[in-house]
Amino acid sequence: MALIHDLAVQFAQMLIVLALAPGLVGLVRKVKARLTRRRGASILQPYRDLSRLIRKDVVLAENASWLFRVAPYLIFAATWVAAALVPTFATGIEFNWAADLIAIIALLGSARFFLALAGMDVGTSFGGIGSSREVMIASLAEPAMLMTVFTLALIAGSTQLSTIAAFMNSPAVGLSVSLGLALFALIIVAIAENARIPVDNPATHLELTMVHEAMVLEYSGRHLALIELASALKLLLYISLIACIFAPWGMAGAQADFAALTLGAAAYLIKLAIAGVLLAVFETAIAKMRVFRVPQFIGAALMLGLLGTLLRFVSGSF
Amino acid sequence: MNLVVVLACVAALLIAAVLGAATARTRACTPIVYGMSLAACGIALVAALAQLLSNAATPTLVLPLTLPWLGAHFRIDALAAFFLVVVDLGGGAASLFALGYGTHEEAPQRVLPFYPAFLAAMNLVVIADDAFTFLLCWEFMSLTSWALVMAHHRDADNRRAGFIYLVMASFGTFALMLCFGLLAGPSGGYAFEVMRAGQHGPLIAALVLTLALLGAGSKAGLIPLHVWLPLAHPAAPSHVSALMSGVMTKVAVYGFIRIVLDLLGAPNWWSSMAVLAIAGITTVMGVLYALMQHDLKRLLAYHTVENIGIVFIGLGLAMGFKANAMPFAAALALTAALFHVFNHSLFKSLLFFGAGSVLTATGERDMEHLGGLIHRMPCAAFAFLVGCVAISALPPLNGFVSEWLTFQAILLSPAVTQWGLKILVPGVGALLALSAALAAACFVKAYGVTFLGRPRTPVAAQAKETDRFSLTAMFGLAALCLLAGILPGFVIDALAPVSQTLIGSRMPVQASDPWLSIVPIAASRSSYDGLLVFVFIGLAGLIAAWAIHTFASRAIRRSAAWDCGTPDPSPLTQYTAASFAQPIRRVYGTLAFRARERVEMPPPGDPRPAVLHVSLRDLVWDWCYAPIEGSIATTAGYLNQYQFLTIRKYLSVVFGLLILLLLVLAIWL
Repeated sequence: MALIHDLAVQFAQMLIVLALAPGLVGLVRKVKARLTRRRGASILQPYRDLSRLIRKDVVLAENASWLFRVAPYLIFAATWVAAALVPTFATGIEFNWAADLIAIIALLGSARFFLALAGMDVGTSFGGIGSSREVMIASLAEPAMLMTVFTLALIAGSTQLSTIAAFMNSPAVGLSVSLGLALFALIIVAIAENARIPVDNPATHLELTMVHEAMVLEYSGRHLALIELASALKLLLYISLIACIFAPWGMAGAQADFAALTLGAAAYLIKLAIAGVLLAVFETAIAKMRVFRVPQFIGAALMLGLLGTLLRFVSGSF
Repeated sequence: MNLVVVLACVAALLIAAVLGAATARTRACTPIVYGMSLAACGIALVAALAQLLSNAATPTLVLPLTLPWLGAHFRIDALAAFFLVVVDLGGGAASLFALGYGTHEEAPQRVLPFYPAFLAAMNLVVIADDAFTFLLCWEFMSLTSWALVMAHHRDADNRRAGFIYLVMASFGTFALMLCFGLLAGPSGGYAFEVMRAGQHGPLIAALVLTLALLGAGSKAGLIPLHVWLPLAHPAAPSHVSALMSGVMTKVAVYGFIRIVLDLLGAPNWWSSMAVLAIAGITTVMGVLYALMQHDLKRLLAYHTVENIGIVFIGLGLAMGFKANAMPFAAALALTAALFHVFNHSLFKSLLFFGAGSVLTATGERDMEHLGGLIHRMPCAAFAFLVGCVAISALPPLNGFVSEWLTFQAILLSPAVTQWGLKILVPGVGALLALSAALAAACFVKAYGVTFLGRPRTPVAAQAKETDRFSLTAMFGLAALCLLAGILPGFVIDALAPVSQTLIGSRMPVQASDPWLSIVPIAASRSSYDGLLVFVFIGLAGLIAAWAIHTFASRAIRRSAAWDCGTPDPSPLTQYTAASFAQPIRRVYGTLAFRARERVEMPPPGDPRPAVLHVSLRDLVWDWCYAPIEGSIATTAGYLNQYQFLTIRKYLSVVFGLLILLLLVLAIWL
């Protein structure tokens, strides 16, 4: 019975993240449009875009290889698996032990690896510029993320996300310096990894500023749809991650009944909406950085993460 | 029994070497020598696996060779058995690859006699059980590999590589000789058994550690002793490069473990600090060096330096935990290091085979002249891709598992009591995390520039798929990378006897965990399941593909590349290796290599193109080796004048020296 319950929760989680991810992107776009006094497209627009894209023909460049065609599926699959393993509305998901937080980050790393390769595949200058900048940004964002994970793991005594979430929801946790540093670092990493302003502008096709868009420039049709869906999932994943660690209120525990699960789902929706609005406000309020300013921005996250870890090593009370 | 089998295989390899020397110029020689090597390595591999997995008694043997009062001691304990597996697996794969690759060799008489001898030497180092035999075999290994580096000696770069290698190898052996001398003490017991029983004061322990780091570290490629490695490994024929990078560096790691964790006895905490600091720097600098290269084989060689750093981080942690009486954590760290040794021997050999295939197909090692090979060499490109994913520590392949275990070991280290370690370990963890991300960048570059995009030269456009033997070897290793990644529990369990003998403790049994997951400490603390992650990714990808192809569209049209509407037909407009690394060079290279960029812009109206000059400095060479080189040159220049004196001056010099010596004697006595 317990197994069936956990499996059901796991399955629901997989479908929920997939269903909500485009909506989150639509919400952010809508709020950004309203903040700049435009009317903006409907929140449902990303769903319409996706359904239009998957029905269109794929236009492949003449020298695109099999890697270019396989990569979207791999990127989508790795991101989806990662997103399905981050607790959203309940901690007791069946397969959470299959990959801890380090493995989830590495799964996102796999997705990025193939995306960067796909950018190089057709052999255009835009693809190269995107891949090259993406790996530069990742080379700082990934260690920053890992240091944040170290801090959290040392606080909670585990790298298992559900254990961390349960610990954060318990009275054992109090305010601490390293926790604050970890939150800051995690937010910076989330902004950088999701190609948001000030690191990258998701709504541009201007060569000087684009990173993510440059890599996927040659993609079209269903391939593009999968990549867009994967990046929406990644945004959702980071928000869920921040929510489940730093705002675990309302989350259903292991073996929770139906009412608790519903409550957890409602709480999760509210958290997503708040995070989406905050992201849109932040993006509207800040200007895009030059590419070679980005390392300083993310380097700050790396240093914060390192400082948090160091404090935990020095004393358990920080 | 297993020991006798291994020794028989070594004898067979030596016979193959003699055969190679005698008949190298005949055509049949290549398949015979490599076939014999393959068979010998295969049998030795089976024997070593049997020894490692069966938990049988440790076989020992004393042969009446070498010094008459000492004899040649041989022994296969768990550590030796594990490294025998690494050596013979790598050796077998390289021999299989060479069955195809070796037929393209221009000067087989310079390779065939030394190749089996090199394999035999590596086997012997691992099973040697006294210092004399160990050093003899170690030097034999150095010399045979030097001969292989010099196989293409008409190239001036290769001669320089050979020279530097010879100097560094002699230096390393010299350090090891002193190291064993200290361990043996004044009584001079050169058998490892006697050394193990001896007691060593802190001064001796510090000296032994330093000498082991110098001796074994120079062979393994620890910074700043790595300078020979990126020159010598690429200079050799590719299957030998694979052996040197994938296997010989592991024999050096074996030497370090044997001396420091086995013979020296209980480690001090400060010795682990020294190892951790050097290892951390090696890890990051190795991958940064690799990122700056555009020669494919040199990039791989520099990347070996990074991986050796990761192994030594694990070893340093194991020493620190052992000194703090934390046996479980020490077993975890040691297992992580050994797992990485195994993994690296698999994927580095695979990648060098790939580079060798590219070299055979195009005659090029320079990535700036390649591109688009995925179309011309699809199978080799696929195997190389597996190697790239594995070495970049990405799940679900094997490189990730060993780095994950190392991270888990780092997370256990707040419990150590010394402040030095407490402050150093998080820094080392950050360096390890940085290097993992940079490694992915490095291999996106290596794969993207070599195999993807459009061909940059006609040779790249006309490349042919490589032969079947080479492909079999590459796919075999790729399959092992996947297997070790999705079933890591079995590898960890196989490593348990090693940590049991060295640490006196082992990681929990993994094979009985549900769903074949690995749980290093406790299930609530951390777990990882490569198999499930692999199955999930496969299922999710297949479901997505099936759903879209069934319910939406599966149509494909081919057309010119879009490139924002302005595609350029020239392949030179693609990103090159140098331009790909430019952002990383600006971020890290400004500090690490004093990288400077200067644009030479012609004045307005002048039609000459603008030129970008990039200057990189190798600070290790400039700071450590250039002064030594310079002082030797100055001294030699100064002494040179004594070569051209008149007979009167020579006589007066001799007279003066005689007076001086007599004076010294008179004062002394």
